[in-house]
Amino acid sequence: MDYSKVKVLIITGFGLNCEKETAAAFSSCGATPEQIHLNDILNGGRSLDEFHILAFIGGFSFGDHLGAGTIFANRIKFRMRDELQKFVASGKLVIGICNGFQTLSRLGLVPALDGHFFEQQAALAHNDSGLFRDDWVYLKANPDSPCVFTKGIDLIRMPIRHGEGKFVAREKEIARIEEKNLVALRYANSDGSVATEFPANPNGSINSIAAICDESGRIFGLMPHPEAFLSPFNDPDWTKKKSEDRLPADGEGKIVFRNAVKFAAKNLF
Amino acid sequence: MEYRIEISPLPEWKDARAEKIKNQIRNFLKLDIADVKTRDVYTMSAGISQAQAETAAREIANPVLQKGIVGETRFNESNACDWLVRVGFRQGVTDNVGRSAHEAIGDIVGRKLRDDEYVFSSVEYMLSDAWLDRKKVEHIAKDLLANELIENVSIFSKADLLKNPIPLELPIVRESGGGNVKEIDLEVSDGELLDISKKGILALTLEEMKAIQDYFRRAEGRENFKLGKKPTDVELEVLAQTWSEHCKHKIFSAEIDYEDEKGNIENIKSCFDTYIKKSTREISKKIDWLVSVFHDNAGVISFNDKLDLVYKVETHNSPSALDPYGGAMTGIVGVNRDPMGTGLGANLLINVWGYCLGSPFTDEKDVPEGLFHPRRLRDNIHRGVIDGGNQSGIPYGAGWEYFDERYLGKPLVYCGTVGLLPRKIGKNKGFEKSIKPGDLIVMSGGRIGKDGIHGATFSSEELHKDSPNQAVQIGDPITQKKMGDFIYEARDKSLYRFVTDNGAGGLSSSIGEMCTYSGGCRMDLKKAPLKYAGLDPWEILVSEAQERMSFAVPPENIEEFKKLAESRDVEVTVLGEFTDTGKFHMLYGEKTVALLDIEFMHDGLPQLKLKAKWVPPKHKDPAFKGRNIKDDVVSLLGRLNICSNEFKSRQYDHEVKGLSVIKPFAGICRDVTSDATVTMAEPLGKEGIILSYGILPRYSDIDTYHMMASIIDLCIRRIIAVGGKPEHIAGLDNFCWPDPVKSEKTPDGEYKLAQLVRANKALYDYTKAFGVPCISGKDSMKNDSTRGGRKISIPPTVLFSAISRMDDVSKAVTLDVKRPGDSVYVIGQTRKELGGSEYFAMMGAVGCHVPVVDASLAMVTYKAVSEITQNNLASSLHTPAIGGLAGAFAKKAMAGRLGLEIDIDKIPCESGMSPEEILFSESNSRFVMTIKPENEKSVEKILKGLSFAKIGFVISKQELILNSVVACSQASISMTEMIKSYKSTLDGI
Repeated sequence: MDYSKVKVLIITGFGLNCEKETAAAFSSCGATPEQIHLNDILNGGRSLDEFHILAFIGGFSFGDHLGAGTIFANRIKFRMRDELQKFVASGKLVIGICNGFQTLSRLGLVPALDGHFFEQQAALAHNDSGLFRDDWVYLKANPDSPCVFTKGIDLIRMPIRHGEGKFVAREKEIARIEEKNLVALRYANSDGSVATEFPANPNGSINSIAAICDESGRIFGLMPHPEAFLSPFNDPDWTKKKSEDRLPADGEGKIVFRNAVKFAAKNLF
Repeated sequence: MEYRIEISPLPEWKDARAEKIKNQIRNFLKLDIADVKTRDVYTMSAGISQAQAETAAREIANPVLQKGIVGETRFNESNACDWLVRVGFRQGVTDNVGRSAHEAIGDIVGRKLRDDEYVFSSVEYMLSDAWLDRKKVEHIAKDLLANELIENVSIFSKADLLKNPIPLELPIVRESGGGNVKEIDLEVSDGELLDISKKGILALTLEEMKAIQDYFRRAEGRENFKLGKKPTDVELEVLAQTWSEHCKHKIFSAEIDYEDEKGNIENIKSCFDTYIKKSTREISKKIDWLVSVFHDNAGVISFNDKLDLVYKVETHNSPSALDPYGGAMTGIVGVNRDPMGTGLGANLLINVWGYCLGSPFTDEKDVPEGLFHPRRLRDNIHRGVIDGGNQSGIPYGAGWEYFDERYLGKPLVYCGTVGLLPRKIGKNKGFEKSIKPGDLIVMSGGRIGKDGIHGATFSSEELHKDSPNQAVQIGDPITQKKMGDFIYEARDKSLYRFVTDNGAGGLSSSIGEMCTYSGGCRMDLKKAPLKYAGLDPWEILVSEAQERMSFAVPPENIEEFKKLAESRDVEVTVLGEFTDTGKFHMLYGEKTVALLDIEFMHDGLPQLKLKAKWVPPKHKDPAFKGRNIKDDVVSLLGRLNICSNEFKSRQYDHEVKGLSVIKPFAGICRDVTSDATVTMAEPLGKEGIILSYGILPRYSDIDTYHMMASIIDLCIRRIIAVGGKPEHIAGLDNFCWPDPVKSEKTPDGEYKLAQLVRANKALYDYTKAFGVPCISGKDSMKNDSTRGGRKISIPPTVLFSAISRMDDVSKAVTLDVKRPGDSVYVIGQTRKELGGSEYFAMMGAVGCHVPVVDASLAMVTYKAVSEITQNNLASSLHTPAIGGLAGAFAKKAMAGRLGLEIDIDKIPCESGMSPEEILFSESNSRFVMTIKPENEKSVEKILKGLSFAKIGFVISKQELILNSVVACSQASISMTEMIKSYKSTLDGI
């Protein structure tokens, strides 16, 4: 199948910084990513209509000032809400990684219970430690989740790098998120059991939630960074795996992007 | 209208910031406080309505976590805290959060806020406990919550809060006027000349002041521009800045008479030329990968067909001593601009950091008056570089700390950045830059304020009580990131011919340098964008306000350049043009305020003439008998200079960009420091970059010659240890010295200068012998502090940093042992060299036999070891450093969480060494390797002729076993004990 017709918009600027590896993630799966400055979209030079997948990438938009994702989300909400709403309504895909997830939650694109887009129902709060943390974590996928991006994943490893990644919502919303299987990934121990303690659950997230999606499964937000594990040599254990002759050809994070590109190619043309 | 927007955490969630403050009050101030709450406050003066302000409060607050209101949550008897501390910025201090809020509120109200509408950020801390009184609250406020140099503190008691609302604070700079120029009469006595230098913080010597006096006596053509014979303050400031130690490296360029221990006198024309440059020049004849060295902002070496590598390491010591957070942040964000301003602009790839500090456990009473306790200093330095690096999206590739009580007076803050420079940009070579007369002078980035005025001259002075507070700048990584993104777009469109950063000395320095390319410049300082009114022309010229770059833009490109900048929210301003008149010509409006001959600016500085005398210090090796190896190994692992600093390090991003291959921490639990790091140059790439460093200040106590030799060797063998090769390695030298100029304050100046000469001699000898050219370097020469009648000088400290190309990252090796049954080898000779070792330091001794380096033998070893890694024969590899073989065995075992059984008697060593000497000597050029038994033959064949031995096995038992039949000694140390000692010292600190 020709995946190159799958066009991916990677929004850049204002302190975002994972554009290059996110572009590499999509292009290594055959899609055609473009990195475009938010201003070029706000000024009408480029349009969301041209694309099938929208990526809100990692970084520090506006330095996380006023709370991670706040200023970036507000800029989008006040200046291009209609366009984004149309994009979502047309069945296209959205992924938000780290700062992108924070932005999605501030925009209310996930979990968007009852289809209430642009109404914030969950948040990423400061880590319980009060500190930024860079580490590798295991993630257990929820097999019952409608999430398009995590299909076929059981246990996966990715790096986390954030100071505001503690997933929280009020009890009522948490219950409904669980009930509808909107939790896509949970922090786990190396044996696949759900991690409740630091550092395996690095931020104190409720129910160890690392990633959620909307009810359609097409909008996906996650704190860990699949785009930072494209190469097998990113694996913190790769030298051990190499000495035991069990080093795979690909990094584990690629599957998230491959799932998205495959879905888009199949359903959006 | 004036508003206060208050954002408070909802009570149902944990207030992580308040928890952190509570812990810090306990840990730093040793006070237990019952309750801490915090909230953010934005005060503003803007033309918006009450309803708009309310929308803003609602939209800024995260509705799940916070509540946002306009005004103040008033207290009553039941909810009032005992004390409220408000911390906001002083007037004119960079308020990054306030600036972001300014933009955010603009988005919400639907129009961009104007420059004369203001938003300021502040934090309110609400403290409650019965024992609190105003004095104790002041202590918490001033010694923890705020740095009064840059922040304002207001304290309110419960009674105040119940009675009156909290006054609205708007620290608007209300200056007017500015634009004043003074003439300075230099036809005065010598004493008065020195007075002018001192009062103006010019840091110029009498000889230099006289050279300036003489220049103005003979300067011609000034009357054509309505200038008199007397220099203006602008001219004097430009010269002081251009001639500062910081910019001109006067001590490294000085003529030195060096007397050795035998009384032989050698005349050295300049340490920089005679040793550093000469070695690189000689090596350059034999290699083809040096691209650009010493003259640009950073050194450049080739990487592959498409890319060159750029690397620079800087220090930012004095500002970090005064404002550790802002100073250190400026350190990292500032050094980022070096690669960004090298050639036509390099993309930023990897950061490095390292700090020399007093122990965080220093007794309060040993901290010099007016200086921060090293624990608070360390905390804020880390935080500054963490925020600066993380927000810029640059992973770190090497990070370290070194502790010694002699850094109490002045911390050393090293920050560095590796960049990737495209070999070709349009029709031009990436590393080449040029300027033609007629090109426009353009400045981009942040605006100019009084920040950082006199940074260059001030850093050339020792710290004293009245050090100026404007010497501190606060970096803003986001403004810089936006500017960087813009620069790369402009670069790829070939819109400019030249780019450089505005660092020390500000525009004076950048334009002063740039105009040598065209042969002159004419610039109107009145056009420079200011943060606030009231600046005089000299202040505009030398301000070190951050996040600025200077460009030479051909006039035909200026419209496109400006348009691109505008579309990226980056401010650019045309300030003038480059000329070929030979003059550095500054105007303020119509009026000429400086007219200097470029030649005099750059070559008029009289050379310093100094004396150095080497008298080898006399230390004795301590006698040690009856020590317990097990106890020694365990305590050694917990020593500050060996133990894990993972707690702080994990707060730095090292995975962003997705390029990390060998990470700063290795092993199955990712918790043991790697020898070096390996980073891919591009996502999914095969080629990599190896970074390593060496720093051993304690060796300087015996001989700086061997200190330098050892750190160069350490850097190279660390590269070999992760699978690198001894070819294609470049070095960076960063010297930090105590004042080495003999004076009343520094009676031992001749000795300290001799230490400098000896370090340089070794630098020449060993970089040449190893074929590792220095491509860039820096020096910081006045690292002394005199306070409360006590002088503290740092030990002579050199950081040597190395960078190397790796053809194939799949050949990389880590230090963790991989499986039980693997054989353990030691490669290299162990000698009785415990002088300056951590083992002796643990006994409170220095010792006399400092490790030396046999470069030619080392080179043969490195070639052999790299042949082993290239053939995938090593399961694990590590090179001993501080802590010797004992430390190395322990780290390898801990990293693999497997035991080792070692036969000390088999370790190749000098005759007559005791097990302790063998285990704790820090001899150079050695490795500890584990291999699969089936690879023994191939490995031994490669190592033939070298000093090596198979000395034991990896075992599944969780123990490090160290046996010597000869000495009837046996030690067995459990994994748990080792890990506890290694990890607990700085855990949570």
